[in-house]
Amino acid sequence: MSLGYLLRRVVVFVLVMWAAMTLIFFLPKLAPGRDPIQDRMAMLAATGGANTANIADMVKAYQTNFGLDQPLYIQYFRYLGNIVRLDFNYSLAQYPAKVIDLITISLPWTVGLLTMTTLISFGLGSLLGGLLAWPKAPRWLGYLIPPLVTLSAIPYFLLGIIFVYVFAFVLKLFPLGGGSAFGVMPTISIEYYADILYHSLLPALSIVAAALGFWALSMRGMMVTTMGEDYMILAEAKGLPARRIFFWYGMRNALLPQTTSLAISLGHLVSGALLVEIIFRYPGMGTLLYRAVTGFDYFAIYGVVYFIIVGICLATLLLDIVYPLLDPRIRYQRA
Amino acid sequence: MAVSTSATTLVVAGVPDQGHMRSVLGYLQRNPQLVAGLLMIGALVLFWSLGSVLVDVKTARPLSAQPELEPSFKYPLGTDTAGRNILAAMIVGTPITLRIGLIAATIGMAIGIVLGFSAGYFGGTADTVIRGITDTILPIPALAVLVVIASLLTKALTPDSMGLIVASLAWMSPTRTIRAQVLTMRERTYIEVARLCGLSGPEIVVRELVPNLLPYLGASFVSAVGGSILAAIGLEALGLGPQNEPTMGMTIFWANYNGAIIRGMWWWWGPPIFVIVFLFVGLFLISAGLDEVANPRLRTRA
Repeated sequence: MSLGYLLRRVVVFVLVMWAAMTLIFFLPKLAPGRDPIQDRMAMLAATGGANTANIADMVKAYQTNFGLDQPLYIQYFRYLGNIVRLDFNYSLAQYPAKVIDLITISLPWTVGLLTMTTLISFGLGSLLGGLLAWPKAPRWLGYLIPPLVTLSAIPYFLLGIIFVYVFAFVLKLFPLGGGSAFGVMPTISIEYYADILYHSLLPALSIVAAALGFWALSMRGMMVTTMGEDYMILAEAKGLPARRIFFWYGMRNALLPQTTSLAISLGHLVSGALLVEIIFRYPGMGTLLYRAVTGFDYFAIYGVVYFIIVGICLATLLLDIVYPLLDPRIRYQRA
Repeated sequence: MAVSTSATTLVVAGVPDQGHMRSVLGYLQRNPQLVAGLLMIGALVLFWSLGSVLVDVKTARPLSAQPELEPSFKYPLGTDTAGRNILAAMIVGTPITLRIGLIAATIGMAIGIVLGFSAGYFGGTADTVIRGITDTILPIPALAVLVVIASLLTKALTPDSMGLIVASLAWMSPTRTIRAQVLTMRERTYIEVARLCGLSGPEIVVRELVPNLLPYLGASFVSAVGGSILAAIGLEALGLGPQNEPTMGMTIFWANYNGAIIRGMWWWWGPPIFVIVFLFVGLFLISAGLDEVANPRLRTRA
């Protein structure tokens, strides 16, 4: 892999991050309104929901931190500076806690769940999609297409609701929600990890089931195109075993564009998975975001959103770096 | 059935004479996906138009019925914790959800068409700038940005402002795909002929390119509607929706907020899920059907 390619990708990463942060900063300012923080704080104080004594302090902390009395461009640069230093201030809803600490607790849950489900649904879906376009595949596979189309059209979290009801509420096979059994202290033991796995199975299943259709259908499209290529005919004419043609000539080539669409739809995947967390009260970033939104915890909203964007951009960067290893054409291009 | 007539005119692209109508019907017979999708959306339209006549839609407001009733003859889909009649809420909420999607998709497509055509047809600096901006914003997860915008708005959200918010990030992928389509169209012979005939750039775009891309634009519009509704429902599930309207996403938010799922109140969250799935599958089928109109090569595939 050439250094130039790597450098270009890193520049794109920084550019996208900067654009995202700028959008988040300026778009809400376009909307007419007063200081939302002040409003929400007053509302919280009125309902007595928060620690009222600290509200004045927090408003002040917000205003000096974001420099709201300063001109817009100074606010903007301060905001960028804070973000680079990962300083998201205190959580408004859980006051003495800092936003970054809340995120550190939630992040591993989400990263674990997402990595597992993305790998499984991508791998399984691609294999299934490849087989759907393969003429020698068993006939019954064709009957899977209508349910796959339906599944791919459903938002993940709706499937999550149905799964909770059927598997946890009616059949009582799985816990109703949460990340681990209630009141159990985290320890380094097999039981504890087994419990975590047990709690994550149902959310994982709803993400995988819903994402499977998408990957299978797009892979089927790619595979149909690949099947028409001359080298497939040549491979068959050479008398290569069907298994070898399927995996090394068909799947391997069809997987390339599939990897690209993985990079493109990563944002959708992550957003979908975050909403699944809300349904299962899974203690990850999605639930943290949900709590922040329902509790008007602006610092936490900014923090979580920042980490979501960084995560997706980093994953895209990683895919971009891995891609030339898969596709020699990119590797030797404009070196 | 306003939806189906507009789609058929789209297929014919004007000239609705007798022979054309027959060929359209014949074509629809060979495109069962499009028909099935149109029927599904038509059924939803029928559901709310008949429903608003037959059911007292005022009971969609909170406190209009005894709370947490199971489905009964009086309330076929039961009531929720706030005392809404769920059936009435579905009848009121379905068009609102669709409206949010239509507003966002219309604005997103309009921007996408203008930017996509200028980038694709005129090329040069316009193309570089437009493509640069689009490619930079596209990888940003829309939901994350929308959450920040929606949560910082001081005024209560209405369905229309919800549509505007979603629209603010719904124009990149239409821009990108339209640009790509225009790039391939630009090199066709009939464009060359039009240019030789002395048509100006904008004239070629409006009179040659747009009509030829209509089925394609239709397909991307329909999938933009689906994408926008998906984004809106995601925001609503987080609680960032029109608080006073029983849209599908808000109904699910309230159901989850009140623990309806773990309390087995299936009549609360079931109906909005059904409507959403019905809507998405319908839109998906229409979009796939229109794709086939736009790209006849797909027809040979099984």
